[in-house]
Amino acid sequence: MQVTGTVLTTRRVDAYHALTVVAPGIAERHRPGHFVSVAVGGAHSSMVTRRALTVHDVKADYGGTVELVFTVRGPGTAWLAERRARDTLDLVGPLGRPFPLPRDPVHCVLVGAEYGSAVLFPLADMLLERGCRVDFVLGAASADRVFGAMRARRLAETTTLTTEDGSLGLRGRVTDALPSVIADTRADAVYACGPMESLRAVTAVAMEFDIPVQVAVEESMACGIGVCMTCVLPVIGDDGATRMVRACAEGPVFRGERVRFEDVGTIPFDALGAPGGGARHAG
Amino acid sequence: MAVAVDMRTFLAHVELANPVTTAAGCASAGRELAQFFDLHRLGALTTRSVTMAPRAGRPTPRMAETPSGMLNAVGLQGPGIDVFLERELPWLAQRGIRTIVSIGGGSVAEYSELARRLADAPGVTALEVNLSCPNMEDRGRVFAREGGTAAEVIASVRSIMRYDVPVVAKLAPDVADIVAVARSCVDAGADALCMINNPLGMAIDTETLRPSLAAVTGGLSGPAILPLAVRCVWQVHAALPGVPLIGVGGVMTGRDAFQLVLAGACAVGVGTALFNDPYACLRIERELEDLLQARGFQRLADAVGLAHRPPGGAARHLLVDTEESTS
Ligand SMILES: Cc1cc2nc3c(=O)[nH]c(=O)nc-3n(C[C@H](O)[C@H](O)[C@H](O)COP(=O)(O)O)c2cc1C
Repeated sequence: MQVTGTVLTTRRVDAYHALTVVAPGIAERHRPGHFVSVAVGGAHSSMVTRRALTVHDVKADYGGTVELVFTVRGPGTAWLAERRARDTLDLVGPLGRPFPLPRDPVHCVLVGAEYGSAVLFPLADMLLERGCRVDFVLGAASADRVFGAMRARRLAETTTLTTEDGSLGLRGRVTDALPSVIADTRADAVYACGPMESLRAVTAVAMEFDIPVQVAVEESMACGIGVCMTCVLPVIGDDGATRMVRACAEGPVFRGERVRFEDVGTIPFDALGAPGGGARHAG
Repeated sequence: MAVAVDMRTFLAHVELANPVTTAAGCASAGRELAQFFDLHRLGALTTRSVTMAPRAGRPTPRMAETPSGMLNAVGLQGPGIDVFLERELPWLAQRGIRTIVSIGGGSVAEYSELARRLADAPGVTALEVNLSCPNMEDRGRVFAREGGTAAEVIASVRSIMRYDVPVVAKLAPDVADIVAVARSCVDAGADALCMINNPLGMAIDTETLRPSLAAVTGGLSGPAILPLAVRCVWQVHAALPGVPLIGVGGVMTGRDAFQLVLAGACAVGVGTALFNDPYACLRIERELEDLLQARGFQRLADAVGLAHRPPGGAARHLLVDTEESTS
């Protein structure tokens, strides 16, 4: 659904920006893993595509609020970073398919790289409600880009932090710490969000331990509702066939082992409808 | 309170309840938008261009935002005609949604085969032929740039489709003479024309120092191309005043749609605006109706091509001078 949300508060979280927006309807329907899209630049904006944003927190206050986390990457997110309390935002959501939740109170490791961590907090709340054990591994290039370390420490049994420059926690990447966390916590499942490269590496680790891994991908998209076909990636279906599926509609959450990470950014030759795969082509 | 404007329009002999349609490739086959509003409120739903075989499309990145627009290189990703006929068209037909089916092919034979598959399918309100596809039999030269091959495609498709299903030729703007291509298509039997498809553009990423799109070039859409669409509709309406035109390109507001109507379009397609606002078609239709009403029009049909009247000619419809009309 589309909602004109009102900005309640804004804050800087280290290298990131967070906006809390009153968005009734979106907040109450939100499930962990869902995202929202926002129009940027105001009424006569020259920016025509929407920005997909991660939801860090959902509250019932003021009829329902969502906290959106982003990093400034271009003029659209720069505009968002300039929003102040009482400004309005055009939001559409909740979008995409949320994280599937375990039926039993299992042990879950939640892995977040960069601000991908944000989406894991509503998930952690839900897992804890179900009696799951939650452990966090959060990482980034440097300390100011590790998102949510404090909140993770409050929520989780253990929180392991990694930075590539060693400015916080262990020096290295999340996947350097992940095997021992999985082993120590006797984890039953892994959830991850972050750049494609870290999702690839997290999936490889989980597969080594032979435990299920759910990843939330961050693909750039124009519409967020499944009509523009620009956010596709190669994913293996239940029938074993690879299809170019939409991150916004079939995702953003996928079973890690189903995503062909090595082939993201290409059309694998064996994908359904790939050029030369028996398909004659037009257009 | 003024009387409501009669927004009905005709694509050849087919009546649409209002002139606003989705643009091909920008609303998939309808289901996604149906989560937001009742598709019956559209003048018509235009599908993505359906191809014979399933197509995986182009590699990513497929999209780059550009000033007042965007580039796309989707490459006609879709499940192919079998799945379209099994699942997508019946879903639309069962609901009685006015549907313009767009087709795309790589040869005259492929377009013809698509027409044959669609000829007896229930639920095809009109057939739109996307001519902005490379001709595999002519070194990949785009059909829409060659009046001759475009006409061949249209003549063949027209001969296959039932007489009561209008065939619409969708034209590209980046051609030397759009009127010549339009005329070839009409002479070949096109009942209506749709314009414009995306002109080709390109953007370069100044961080990676590489083209922004994996396909290097892509189709430009959005407000940046509205003036191009207005010009094409204007020129073709001037040359072929009796031919129904669907104006497409950069329509974000009712005022944009109104420009295309005044230039000669009897229907208006909305593409990129849907990415920004899933309700764009409904909003644009309402805004267009308000603009017509504010100017004293009782029927949309009276505004079609009105800008072609000689300067100083009686502005018989301008009963009220609104503030907006001077902006
Ligand atoms: C992502 C995308 C996909 C498109 N796919 C098709 C298509 O399958 N067939 C077609 O005839 N036109 C296609 N188009 C062109 C649109 O129908 C339309 O002609 C063009 O985008 C200009 O309108 P707009 O500025 O309102 O988007 C596509 C455009 C976009 C942006």
